[in-house]
Amino acid sequence: MAAKIRQPGWYRALAFSILGVLVCLALSTGLRAAFAVEPVYDSTSVLQISLLMVPLFFLGGIGCFDYWLRWASGRTVVDDHADHGAKSWRDYFKVNTDHKVIGIQYICVSFVFMFIGGLMAMLVRAELAAPGRQFVDPNTFNGIFSIHATLLIFLFVIPIFAGIANYVLPLMIGAPDMAFPRLNALSFWMLPVAGVMMLLSFLAPGGSFAAGWTAYAPLSVDAPIGQAFFTIAVQFAGASSIATALNFLVTIITMRAPGMTFFRMPLLVWANFSTSLLVVIATPFIAASQFMVILDRALGFNFFNPANGGDVLMYQHVFWFYSHPAVYIMMLPGFGIISEVLATRARKPIFGYRMMAFSLLAIVLLGFTVWAHHMFVSGMSDWIRIPMMITTAIIAIPTGIKIFSWVATLWRGVLKMDTPMLWAVGFIAMFTLGGISGVMLAMVPLDIHVSDTYFIVAHIHYVLFGGSLFTIFAGIYFWFPKMTGRMFNERLGKIHFWLTFIFFNVTFAPMHLIGVQGMPRRVSDYAEQFATWNMIISIASFVVGLSSLIFLYNMIVSWRTGPEAGPNPWNSLTIEWQVSSPPPIFNFDAIPSVVGGPYEYGVPGAVHAVFADSKPEPVAVGASEAD
Amino acid sequence: MLLAISVVASVVGIIFMLALDWFPEQGSSIAAPIDTFWDVLVVVSVPIFVAVTAMMLFSIWRWRQRPGEEDLDGPPIHGSTKLEVIWTIVPTVIIAALTTYAAILLVDIQSAPAKGTRVVNVNGVQFAWDFETKTAAGPVKSAKLYLPINEPVKFNVRSADVIHDFWVPAFRLKVDAVPGITTTYNLTPTKLGTFEVVCAELCGLGHAYMRQTVTVLTAERYATVMAGLAKQAGAPAPAAGASTDAVGKQMFVAGNPATGATACGACHTMKAAGTTATTGPNLDEILQADDAAGIMEMIVNPNKEIVAGYSKGIMPANYATTMTKPQLDALVKYIDQSVHGEG
Repeated sequence: MAAKIRQPGWYRALAFSILGVLVCLALSTGLRAAFAVEPVYDSTSVLQISLLMVPLFFLGGIGCFDYWLRWASGRTVVDDHADHGAKSWRDYFKVNTDHKVIGIQYICVSFVFMFIGGLMAMLVRAELAAPGRQFVDPNTFNGIFSIHATLLIFLFVIPIFAGIANYVLPLMIGAPDMAFPRLNALSFWMLPVAGVMMLLSFLAPGGSFAAGWTAYAPLSVDAPIGQAFFTIAVQFAGASSIATALNFLVTIITMRAPGMTFFRMPLLVWANFSTSLLVVIATPFIAASQFMVILDRALGFNFFNPANGGDVLMYQHVFWFYSHPAVYIMMLPGFGIISEVLATRARKPIFGYRMMAFSLLAIVLLGFTVWAHHMFVSGMSDWIRIPMMITTAIIAIPTGIKIFSWVATLWRGVLKMDTPMLWAVGFIAMFTLGGISGVMLAMVPLDIHVSDTYFIVAHIHYVLFGGSLFTIFAGIYFWFPKMTGRMFNERLGKIHFWLTFIFFNVTFAPMHLIGVQGMPRRVSDYAEQFATWNMIISIASFVVGLSSLIFLYNMIVSWRTGPEAGPNPWNSLTIEWQVSSPPPIFNFDAIPSVVGGPYEYGVPGAVHAVFADSKPEPVAVGASEAD
Repeated sequence: MLLAISVVASVVGIIFMLALDWFPEQGSSIAAPIDTFWDVLVVVSVPIFVAVTAMMLFSIWRWRQRPGEEDLDGPPIHGSTKLEVIWTIVPTVIIAALTTYAAILLVDIQSAPAKGTRVVNVNGVQFAWDFETKTAAGPVKSAKLYLPINEPVKFNVRSADVIHDFWVPAFRLKVDAVPGITTTYNLTPTKLGTFEVVCAELCGLGHAYMRQTVTVLTAERYATVMAGLAKQAGAPAPAAGASTDAVGKQMFVAGNPATGATACGACHTMKAAGTTATTGPNLDEILQADDAAGIMEMIVNPNKEIVAGYSKGIMPANYATTMTKPQLDALVKYIDQSVHGEG
């Protein structure tokens, strides 16, 4: 037992966490006694400090800091790669530095939170199936939809893209791992900490946080202690995001294989490069907004208290300066996935490769100039509205370039309409709808009417569910054979797609209508006139929920007993498919040299990369446009 | 052929979208231009969506992999500068046109009100609106909003606690009520009738129930109503009728929907009323030592004293305005009897 507690792992994490609580208790009571604050023991104070500090003790216990601390204390550090790569399933529950293990850890943990967050959505729809009160009180209802959004944004869409890229990106650029493997492990382990903290808020006195995922002040400042779980959990999720983004940037800039110029990079790499730029610039802003809330709550700083010179609107400006770019953080990696899937399954080069890359960068730049379009009715200065409307509408241009280029990629291809391709094509149609309603929302006179209604709910689900989630499914099905070495069940994959696609639309399309007709969002009760549509929406949403169980079954069973996939089942040119499935522990036995563009389908004898020991003389073909 | 199908599909799509009954009734001067703007957006949007999907469906139909084509690749087309220029410029032109239209419309609907425009102060509190109309005889307070038809009105919107949003869907009007600042909006009601006032910004527990009404009246009728409201404010409360107990119980379990008073039972457990909610403290337990005066104080001034484990600012602090004096008296009597076992 004592030996187990000395070793990094779950026993030590538990012991350290308990120690952490005791330290926080001592800190709180000690300071209160020293400054003669009555009562000396205050559970809220202890809880608040614990939320900030116990996660650090947990991360230390599980082993995230061992190497660094040993190095910093001047002891000899032997790196024998003992914590690199997984030899059994148990290794997935330990701190590991292999990007492939971390990728799968990310993906699995994110899906756990997807199912929990999806379950919350079912509860929301059950309550809304009919007007009046069904089975939860208003406080619980507000908590459920707040946690639904928070989990799916911070613990699912953002991290699962980081997970997919973690697995695929180093392989794609011919790198043996990420640039900072230990930082990579730390980034991952902060996620479950954040997610569990959010869920634990249900147990807090006064209920879970219930101010929405936007947590507008002063509502979030006055709310019961459950709100602190959100405020602090977001810090950990944000720190994880920033660390991963830095890791991606350094990896992409410094670790590309010989010959991998920027314009020979697959678009998924470009997409993650762009996303990481967004993350490192924008994420500190949400951290700031939440720090201000916690300082207001715990220490009476009055950032958002107008009676003492605070400014309520400032919260929204700082919050949206992150949270609008966050929309692209949740979309650009998906754009990358779609480009990979389309080129490979349509057997054609991506149409207009360079414009595809440049439009990503254009979205990054424009993404920082539009945040106040979330605030057209907030009471901010009127003049800001027109410039923000124009910049917002302009984003439709680079986004349109991407959509039209994807459609042109399909043109005259040899289209293999299998599961990843169905999700990709479904994504383009649904995302086009979400983009159109987005342009409508940018138009201030219309936005004044539909802001904060179900029209917004419809729009964000068309871009985040029909958009992001569809790309996630496309990507998971596409790289499943690479990650597991096995093939999924194609039939179940297709059933999953069609059920989700149809009932997704039945769920969210009518929300446009009831929104314009006047149903506000975030309400547990609504006027009688919306009853019929809400019943239809609720029933359809349950089918969407059930269809995800088909996905779960397919993934689990195929992972265990699916047929061998072989190294390159899609006959793709990019580097990750030129190694075994799953790849060797350090990815490549020989360093690949990149000799051409990533999507030279249809060019006879074209290859993207060659390995030092490969026999045939390569036919070097540039990405015509690209070289 | 693809073009023909796209045109037909676009026309069908536009007709379908325009035929849907999207908006609530047009109750104000700004409603019609906004609804027209929506129609324009629909007419522009549908062909774009149809073009994208038609191209994709056509490609899938025409070029999906047939048996024997498993090892075939498509032609290596890398792009077309001409096409790329077209699909950059066309959306740019559309966007420029739409934003210009929207900007002109916005300037129109937010034009400054004429001097002497009637002013209504709209105050949001958790979880109700109260309205204060400035009249020659002084300000008139009401829990329902009354407006005269075809006369411009300016709203000064404020909040006493958290952010609310003052929305009348029939007016197409919406603006946040922000603590610390006054936001404004002006328009002219153009239709007689009673319309919903909705809070559109999540403001806490009772957000969904923060719904009241605005009634638009003819000028004569409006004058009468306002005079009545002004008189009522000064008059003593009428004596309670015989059905005090029934009124008290009704207030407890159903609140006063007319003014937006939230039902006590929505949040509190009280055995006699059969309510079991746990958002607020259990009244059977916490009111044992309180008399009628104490209970009244807790209802009209709920933030003064907070039961341990609960938070300030959750219970509506507006019962003094959303319930009449007789209603409050009946409610207090009912609660008093219930918790002390006399009822």
